[in-house]
Amino acid sequence: MSSESIALSTVGDARPIGERLHDWVITVDHKKLGILYIVYGLIFLIIGGIEATIMRIQLIVPHNHFVSPEVFNRMFTMHGTTMIFFVVMPILFGFGTYLIPLMIGARDMAFPRLNAFSFWMTAFGGVLLYFSFIGGNGLYGAGNAPDVGWFAYAPLTARAFSPGHSTDFWTLALLVSGVGSIGTAVNFIATILCMRCPGMTLGKMPLLVWLNLIMGGMLILAISPLTAAQIMLSIDRYLGGHFFDTQAGGSAALWMHFFWIFGHPEVYILVVPAFAFASEIIPVFSRKPIFGYPVMVAATICIGFISFSVWAHHMFTIGMSSYGNTFFTVTSMIIAVPTGIKIFNWLGTMWGGKIHFKAPMLFCIGFLFQFLIAGLTGIMLATSPFDWQLGNSYFVVAHFHYVIAGAILFTIFGAFYYWYPKASGRMYNETLAKWHFWLFIIGFHLTFDFMHIPGILGMPRRIYTYEPGRGWEIWNLIVTIGVFFQIAGVLAFVANLLWSLWKGETAGNDPWDAWTLEWSTSSPPPDYDFAATPVVQSRRPLWDLKHPEDPDWKYE
Amino acid sequence: MKGHGQTRILGRNKAGIAVWLIGALLAAPLCCAAPTDPSQIPNIFAPQSTPAHSIFRLSLLVLAITGAIFAVVFSLLAYSVTKFRKRVDDDGREPPQVYGSNQVELAWTVIPILIVLVLFLATARVIHSIQDAPQPPRAIEVIAIGHQFWWEFRYPALGVVTANELHVPVSNSSSSTPTFLTLLSADTDHSFWVPRLAGKTDLIPNRVNHTWIDPEQTGIYLGQCAQYCGVQHAKMLLRVYVDSPEQFNHWVEEQKKPAVASDAVVEGRRIFESTACVNCHAVSGTIADGHFGPDLTHLMSRDTIASGAASNTAENLRAWIQEPDAIKPGSLMPPMQLNKKDMDALTAYLLTLR
Amino acid sequence: MSSATLTRSTAQPAWVLPSRGRVGMFSLIAAESAIFTIFVVAYIFYLGKSVSGPTPKDVLELPIFSTICLLSSSLTIHLAVRALRQAKVGVFGLWWLLTLTLGAIFLVSTGREWHHLIYDKGLTVSTNLFGTTYYSLVGLHAFHVTVGLLAIALTMILTFLRKVKPEHSERAEVFSLYWHFVDVVWVIVFTVVYVIGR
Repeated sequence: MSSESIALSTVGDARPIGERLHDWVITVDHKKLGILYIVYGLIFLIIGGIEATIMRIQLIVPHNHFVSPEVFNRMFTMHGTTMIFFVVMPILFGFGTYLIPLMIGARDMAFPRLNAFSFWMTAFGGVLLYFSFIGGNGLYGAGNAPDVGWFAYAPLTARAFSPGHSTDFWTLALLVSGVGSIGTAVNFIATILCMRCPGMTLGKMPLLVWLNLIMGGMLILAISPLTAAQIMLSIDRYLGGHFFDTQAGGSAALWMHFFWIFGHPEVYILVVPAFAFASEIIPVFSRKPIFGYPVMVAATICIGFISFSVWAHHMFTIGMSSYGNTFFTVTSMIIAVPTGIKIFNWLGTMWGGKIHFKAPMLFCIGFLFQFLIAGLTGIMLATSPFDWQLGNSYFVVAHFHYVIAGAILFTIFGAFYYWYPKASGRMYNETLAKWHFWLFIIGFHLTFDFMHIPGILGMPRRIYTYEPGRGWEIWNLIVTIGVFFQIAGVLAFVANLLWSLWKGETAGNDPWDAWTLEWSTSSPPPDYDFAATPVVQSRRPLWDLKHPEDPDWKYE
Repeated sequence: MKGHGQTRILGRNKAGIAVWLIGALLAAPLCCAAPTDPSQIPNIFAPQSTPAHSIFRLSLLVLAITGAIFAVVFSLLAYSVTKFRKRVDDDGREPPQVYGSNQVELAWTVIPILIVLVLFLATARVIHSIQDAPQPPRAIEVIAIGHQFWWEFRYPALGVVTANELHVPVSNSSSSTPTFLTLLSADTDHSFWVPRLAGKTDLIPNRVNHTWIDPEQTGIYLGQCAQYCGVQHAKMLLRVYVDSPEQFNHWVEEQKKPAVASDAVVEGRRIFESTACVNCHAVSGTIADGHFGPDLTHLMSRDTIASGAASNTAENLRAWIQEPDAIKPGSLMPPMQLNKKDMDALTAYLLTLR
Repeated sequence: MSSATLTRSTAQPAWVLPSRGRVGMFSLIAAESAIFTIFVVAYIFYLGKSVSGPTPKDVLELPIFSTICLLSSSLTIHLAVRALRQAKVGVFGLWWLLTLTLGAIFLVSTGREWHHLIYDKGLTVSTNLFGTTYYSLVGLHAFHVTVGLLAIALTMILTFLRKVKPEHSERAEVFSLYWHFVDVVWVIVFTVVYVIGR
């Protein structure tokens, strides 16, 4: 592997830049598509972060005039929609697309063209959503960015309350990217079930593969309710339908049910691949196999199923009967059991090991700490009377950011650092990565620990300003200060990725002394992934090769 | 493990410096922050009414359980991270490869299930006690109707219609008069949240919801709309005035009276009744019978206007009528575009509506 | 670590995994089932809740003939695929054409029913809750039938051009799964809309 060759392209690629770019546009190679997804997600991470920063500056003091209420409302809508649909999902799909074929010893995904189609649909959805900014005030008054919140409750989204086309940009952008998501899910499922190398039974797949299979199954069933509800909303807005038209007897609560039947499994769809990253990284950096592989799989399957039964815990305040509230309290508490089991299993993996504190592991330790707290505040919110106070307040905002930023984003950072050498052939800079970790974790805790307090003191969410004298000022100030540490951390991260592409040390095939199949290929892997289809006998094929006297298949 | 550079946690010194820096950053504003009157803080942990008390007691149980879980798991995490870290003098051999343990995994499955059971049983009781509480015969009945971006309150049994500031009698052992609210909406979703008195309940169009409060101490309790309802959701504020029984009865008597008809402000009243004001506002005893905006019959009995966005002074009234967007941009009150003479007369009229 | 050391030894038992096409199609069917479920739930939820306008009992007639056509097309497509597997391309073509015809009859029938409902009975998507939920649900199904018919028509053209060979029987079978799904959905829609709902 020549150290002068620019990483990410094949060795000694001296073709003109136009041709190389064209390659990327028409590619059906899972590795290139994976990288496209991830870079796309990173770009939107920056944009979503800017939106968050704007909001936090507006809220740093009460009665601030940094932005107008209209702009603020667009910011929280776009921030939420962007981060979920155009940052976290693409990045997770990207890692899955890149890693799954390599981990199962396959040449590519089951449907390479569908893979490309799914990516471009997702990408187009994001562009469509952001085109809405341009649509405002000019362009025949076509509307502006959506300002109805990322869950777009009816009847606020009806023509009467949201004239213009801003809501339609939201609807169409997500419809389009939803098609892409279903395509990806179909691809994951077919690849994992149909393309594993010989010897790799379902019980011998890496956990990342298992968890992406479960995520794929959840996606298939969860995205469709959103798609259906959006079709209904469009029929209401354009064909005079009455699905959510309360004047004609329609039900606002029906939208909520349909949305959250999607929305709750969706957040588990986001977190399950994060679990997957942790389940690959923690064993390698503790130098032990994952503790309790079968239970990890079973617990995640349980989470997948139960997640479809908890949705109305987002609706505890809408006036369901006490039986309804009780039912959803039960299911929401039960889901804590398999989730807690997983935390214990990760701890059990570290227990008795030899922990190496490299960046991937640092981020996973942060993940464990923060996911524990997030789960516990989740239990508080599952207790429906407690939720009648905490719901729709900054406590909830703090809780879900603890999950998405504190747990999911942390494992995503860990995954970046773990697989960067494989994808690029270069090692990242470990010192800069540690700066990233410490800056980000300090900023994260400044912002999201203290954010719980205004919620407890009665501050609702989605307000562009707040009244002085309610005891909220100091907490909002601290929360905003934390943002700047996070920005610094992310800048260090992006700088590291870019700098290391040119200046990083050559990584070699297996810089972490790891055990799954992707580490048996070169870094980056050749176009064809594997010269010959591997055959495996255990969950850690490379451990077996490295330790022929003590292979895994003797024990499990 | 193949090495790439030194394996080091970021030096303790650097982390320590960071902590001090942050401490200094935080201390500065803390010193300058104005003291806040604790009774004005809508703190869910300072309950003053039975539903809020029930929730608070349950929350203590939840916090105790989750706190204990946190303490245990965090200790295990901290212990693992320190005890099992790779030492500097490591010999490079792999540790014992342990694949699992049935007993341990069974334990940490069963114990969480038991915890969930306890929590759930405690919770179910509270849900039922709050939601299914029967309405006693002496309860005050209020119909609250959510609008973009103000609150309409009707007391059907008492013949009172008002806006934004809810008056209720105190309810304690000597006189038990809780207030039971029926929650409706005229447009989009809203949510009635006064943290010290009860959990929030939504107001949803084409749906009838209920909530109740029995405040045990007189005073003013703050809240605001807690379901995003459009551009001015942030300023759909709530004030609940908990009065003594005498005060409350006096208030009701005053509210039942028709509007004050003062001859000194005939001109202002003429302007009010001949411009678009009457399309949206009602003043009882006059031709004004609009329902899109708040009832103004006893406007001057309220402390605030624009649903709490501004205090109720002559200046603010003028400003609100002339240019609502200066106080509450995006609210549905249109600027009335009156010349100075008409504005003076109109304001003088409104100021008589006690 | 060189991948050359992970090679297939000759003494392994046969490694058989499900076919990609079948798994992919089942996954797609699961996703589509979820969409239809939501529309059916909305339909059932709004039964009897229309504030005004025609009710199902007033205006709906059982579409027996078109239902028989559509359900028979499941049989004909099954026979077509079987013929192709047995390398009888001609027979395949005949059954495939019959499937196309039966599906087209179903669509035309639905179109005529809607024409009658709109112009004679005054029921449109904006009339009331029944109108909204009826046209959406039946329309969603008709959309899926249309997509299926387009695929069938395309295959018909390819058959006439002698491009369809027995080795394509696997693909034809995977497609037929979609067609069977469309029929099963019709059974459910028929039951909910025309039997239970009326």
